Amino acid sequence: MAFLKRSPWILHYDASSCNGCDIEVLACLTPLYDVERFGIINTGNPKHADILMITGGINELNRAVVRNLYEQMPEPKVVVAIGACAATGGIFRECYNITGGIDKVIPVDVYVPGCAARPEQIIDGVVTALGILEEKRTKMRGNAQTKEEARHAAGEST
Amino acid sequence: MNGLIGAVLFLILAPVAGGLIAGIDRKITARMQGRVGPPLLQPFYDVGKLFEKENVVVTTAQNFYVLAYLIFIALSGALFFAGGDLLLIVFAFTLAHVFLVLGAYAVHSPYSHIGAERELIQLMAYEPMVILAAVGLYMVTNSFYVADMVATTVPVILYLPGVFLGFVTILTIKLRKSPFDISTSHHAHQEIVKGITTEFSGSTLGQVEIAHWYENVFLLGFLYLFFSWNPVIGIIAVAITYAAEIFVDNVTARARWQAALKSGWLAAGVLGLVNLAILSYMMTGGV
Repeated sequence: MAFLKRSPWILHYDASSCNGCDIEVLACLTPLYDVERFGIINTGNPKHADILMITGGINELNRAVVRNLYEQMPEPKVVVAIGACAATGGIFRECYNITGGIDKVIPVDVYVPGCAARPEQIIDGVVTALGILEEKRTKMRGNAQTKEEARHAAGEST
Repeated sequence: MNGLIGAVLFLILAPVAGGLIAGIDRKITARMQGRVGPPLLQPFYDVGKLFEKENVVVTTAQNFYVLAYLIFIALSGALFFAGGDLLLIVFAFTLAHVFLVLGAYAVHSPYSHIGAERELIQLMAYEPMVILAAVGLYMVTNSFYVADMVATTVPVILYLPGVFLGFVTILTIKLRKSPFDISTSHHAHQEIVKGITTEFSGSTLGQVEIAHWYENVFLLGFLYLFFSWNPVIGIIAVAITYAAEIFVDNVTARARWQAALKSGWLAAGVLGLVNLAILSYMMTGGV
């Protein structure tokens, strides 16, 4: 049963973005785009989230915050980097305090280009992320099974 | 025997009914906001997903408390639909929420603690009115047993209009709807993170959700007791009341906890007590 694809909950974090992409992310929740049609809910809690939507190029102060948020999310999870800054650092990449892209700190699954990214692109990015999420879930279950079988084969009893 | 069937039917069917009610609720809410809204079965997808996720546990005690919460909610609902003693049901129901609060206190998260504190305040706010409702139903039907209350031929609502309105007020707290959704909420997910459920994830959060479905069906059943002399009117009245709750949820902003406490106690003190006082005066006068 693949419920995960039908109910992706999102955590949105602004890692020193200019707020342009964040406004577009929030636009997805408005009645015009209404992503709740697909069961997508914007949670403010990493422990309830499946998809981390992150904008901006990460500065020295929120590097630890991003890592912490990512680690608090239960598996399976995916990261969607939204906008040019999230992908490469964008126009801020030469700044002394900018790390230059989300993937310098945490693994990223989907990059949504644009400055700012359009709501349609963001929704498309999330839909792509759903496929990856499903893949990760099957892999996770496969891993658990392999472990279980290995334990049985070794004749281990708990 | 009838009671046992009622209890078993409740335990099996209440999650289905509760999930569907939640789905309809979300759909109507979306339409009120000019959106299309999620599919009708969305709440089931959500809970199904939660059971697929990794279970991140901060303290193992929290799982135990949440399970106890689920069991005692289901137990109080089962006792209710078995036609049991309403006072016992109310106490089992309260105990269930105490377990939820303990679960939230078991972890060391300030958000979870604020949520737990607010849940306790909610408990204080609605508890007097729930007990007064049970007392009112007893005064009219002469029995604390739900089975006798359902079998009554007296139009209870005509004797207890104040108690009914008071109960509807605290129902807003119980259904976790605005303006009294202070401990955790279906909307505004950024409010003190997620209140009492902040530290619950995966299957534990799924259990909280299922318990909430059980709880909603039980509360709607309680509402039905006011109209039990005529099942058709009863079901229509319950549906209208729930629709009104959704409407209030969408047109009001979240109040502060002081307002929730005052509203709960005002409902009990004014609507509930005055109604019961008049009722007892009429009864002594009539006899």
